[in-house]
Amino acid sequence: MESSPHKVRSDFPFYSAILGISGMYLLLIVGMLGADLWYAVTEVTAEEFRALLSTDDIRDSVELTLITCTISALLSVLVAVPAGYLLSRYQFFGKTLVDAILDVPIVLPPLVVGLSLLILFNKMPPWNGPSFEDLLGGNFTYNVPAVILAQFTVACAFAVRTMRNTFDQISPRAEQVALTLGCNRGRAFRSIVVPEAWRGISTAGTLAWTRAMGEFGPILVFAGAIRGKTEVLSSTVFLEISIGNLEGAVIVSLMMVTIAIVVLVAVRIWDRGNREKFYHD
Amino acid sequence: MIKVENLQIRAGAFCLNDISFEIPGGGYGVLMGKTGSGKTTILEAICGLKEVTQGRIFLGNRDVTFARAGDRNIGFVPQEATLFSTMTVRGHLAFGPKVRRWDKTKIDERVGELAEQLGIQHLLDRKPFGLSGGERQRVSLGRALALRPRVLCLDEPLSALDEETHDEMIGLIRTMVKQNGISALHITHSRPEAEAIGDCLMLLEDGQVRVEASAGAE
Repeated sequence: MESSPHKVRSDFPFYSAILGISGMYLLLIVGMLGADLWYAVTEVTAEEFRALLSTDDIRDSVELTLITCTISALLSVLVAVPAGYLLSRYQFFGKTLVDAILDVPIVLPPLVVGLSLLILFNKMPPWNGPSFEDLLGGNFTYNVPAVILAQFTVACAFAVRTMRNTFDQISPRAEQVALTLGCNRGRAFRSIVVPEAWRGISTAGTLAWTRAMGEFGPILVFAGAIRGKTEVLSSTVFLEISIGNLEGAVIVSLMMVTIAIVVLVAVRIWDRGNREKFYHD
Repeated sequence: MIKVENLQIRAGAFCLNDISFEIPGGGYGVLMGKTGSGKTTILEAICGLKEVTQGRIFLGNRDVTFARAGDRNIGFVPQEATLFSTMTVRGHLAFGPKVRRWDKTKIDERVGELAEQLGIQHLLDRKPFGLSGGERQRVSLGRALALRPRVLCLDEPLSALDEETHDEMIGLIRTMVKQNGISALHITHSRPEAEAIGDCLMLLEDGQVRVEASAGAE
């Protein structure tokens, strides 16, 4: 018996579902940013805006943010490249455990990261002896180095993930060819793997930079939010809210959004230039 | 000469046992086998990219079983050419000699010579992006031959090529191998390809290598 002609049903429900669901999330993000912008435009006069930007506190905060984020991002890349390579290329005993430990800074509540750093530096070692803080001359906790370490601890975990994915996508064959041509592992890594991984490295660096800028919990606990000393933009937002200056907090928030967008766009442009240079004639 | 004796190689749960064969000096050996039969694993072991758990590998009269990849004097042409995506064609040909710290003039001479033999002079300053399959294989072959190896290992070098380029490459590879007095081991899943290029045909089946035809080296 011949089957009755089958008519394929419309794809409309499928497309409306995926567009509708992703659209809602997109709307939430755009709505948040739009609300900030709207609030700032309607509630803050141009004078207030100028006054806020010209205060030393804000300028110091912007400067410290740019410096600490850049250092944290560079340190993160420095650690993430070898760590990501190790995880991607080698099998070793306890790899699953190492892999899980490297995710701890991502899954741990931010305040707990800060608290753990505070205890590690000030209450250790468990035996009678100088703490790390003492060994570092007592100038670490509640100082700029603590800001950087707090940022680095979290940002680096993201960079390691990115680098691991990058190396996973690069076939080990090219390095092996280099080995047959007389390279040792180090030379093959430097002259073949690093150039091929360049895009991943720049992505990892950007991600680490923006993560570091968004970091707040660990910094608050381990470095404090001390005006003019360990105040970065995320602490500024917190300090402004805590003294009831919502307008100031919104303006600083918008500055952070702007900086993040500028960094992302700048890296994309730089990256495109590099891609031309690296892969084309 | 390429000789393997009672080779045992493990790769995860997969294990090849008691693999033995010999390709005479100047001979062109082709190892055939289905996908997943372990051909590439054997090639990797010979190139020094995979540890063997038992047995011996000889190149010429030299036992290289435990030698490092770069000390074996083998040219390796991997599947799909696997070029260095950020390097020019010139850079590929000069890579081996540079690692070995050849003299600058000697490197230039060698690059020129290879480029002429392979017909890729016009591509020297280009990068792999946008090269055709045949061009990529030529570059890969040149990179492998730059150090004048005694042995050439080719992993499915023709599988990604269209028919016309395919026949052209067979001619080119044979000429290069003969001109340089090299012994070659070529792996493929295609019998017509094996018959067209090889003079010593072997089949890897159920973990055993069977010699099918050996015309001997000329």
